[in-house]
Amino acid sequence: MKSQAPGVPPELSARLSELQAQSRSPSREDIIEVVEQMMGSLQGDLSEVNLKIYSELEGLAKYILTAKREIAALRPDEITAQHLPTATDELDAIVGATEEATNTILQAMEALGSLTEKMAPEVADQVNETVTQVYEACNFQDITGQRITKVVKALKHIEDTVEGLVAAFGDEIAKYREAHPKQEAPEVSDKDLLNGPQLPDSASKQDDIDALLASFD
Amino acid sequence: MSVDMNMSILIVDDYKTMLRIIRNLLKQLGFNNVDEATDGSMALQKLRDKDYGLVISDWNMEPMTGIQLLREVRADSKLKNLPFIMITAESKTENVVAAKEAGVNNYIVKPFNAATLKTKLSTVLGQF
Repeated sequence: MKSQAPGVPPELSARLSELQAQSRSPSREDIIEVVEQMMGSLQGDLSEVNLKIYSELEGLAKYILTAKREIAALRPDEITAQHLPTATDELDAIVGATEEATNTILQAMEALGSLTEKMAPEVADQVNETVTQVYEACNFQDITGQRITKVVKALKHIEDTVEGLVAAFGDEIAKYREAHPKQEAPEVSDKDLLNGPQLPDSASKQDDIDALLASFD
Repeated sequence: MSVDMNMSILIVDDYKTMLRIIRNLLKQLGFNNVDEATDGSMALQKLRDKDYGLVISDWNMEPMTGIQLLREVRADSKLKNLPFIMITAESKTENVVAAKEAGVNNYIVKPFNAATLKTKLSTVLGQF
């Protein structure tokens, strides 16, 4: 007696043995019946494995979908389009403003230094010493500028990475934007008025403010 | 041997504010003959056009950095013995080693003070 093949259901195994034992060749109907039984048993095995895989894949797909929605809700497009460029501009403005202030200080010290010729020697020495300390202190501007340049480079790296994210999740972000349009602020609150110093290019000059004030008269 | 206080000194930095600070500190130390360049290539051209007694250079500049300038100076038969001081915020050991290997005479880390500048000048040029 032949041993039963592993994984073959007993009914199918018995039917195969029965067909082998009979003297006549199996009919077309016999073969169809066995093949159908075999396919049925195979289908059953695959379905079990598939179900597990499908279940894992479904969980993974749900996780990815949730992650995509959460990322879209963060509005990474705004980070690259608005927040990071603003941060970079602010940092550039810091460098520009400190450089301008430092040069003004240096100019004043140079003017003070040139007056020492007219001072009594002991006073001139004291003034020169103080002026030297101011020159030394002005070193900060160069160091600050270099540090800020490093930060700007880091921001640029983040911007490139987020841009990659925006490209990958573009559809999801567009869907989110469509589903969650920004609400127009009904009224400007006190908090909305706190924007801090303006960048030089967009800042109003005193003349602009005066003209605006005059327009109320 | 006394230091020639009228020697021409070339200061090199891409930050004009820093050039101004170094020029003023040198003036206070008694050196009034100071020229400026804003990168290594401009400095090299000036060094080839005029006799200088000292170069004080930043490291991080474009297109030619301070270390490249130093190497060019040391490779030039007419300039190879020119005293060269690096003033830079690059303070890692490998920077100092690289500068020393390239032939720098002294190295000042930013931010620096007038006393450090005077000490380094004295070491390179002699007491003044």
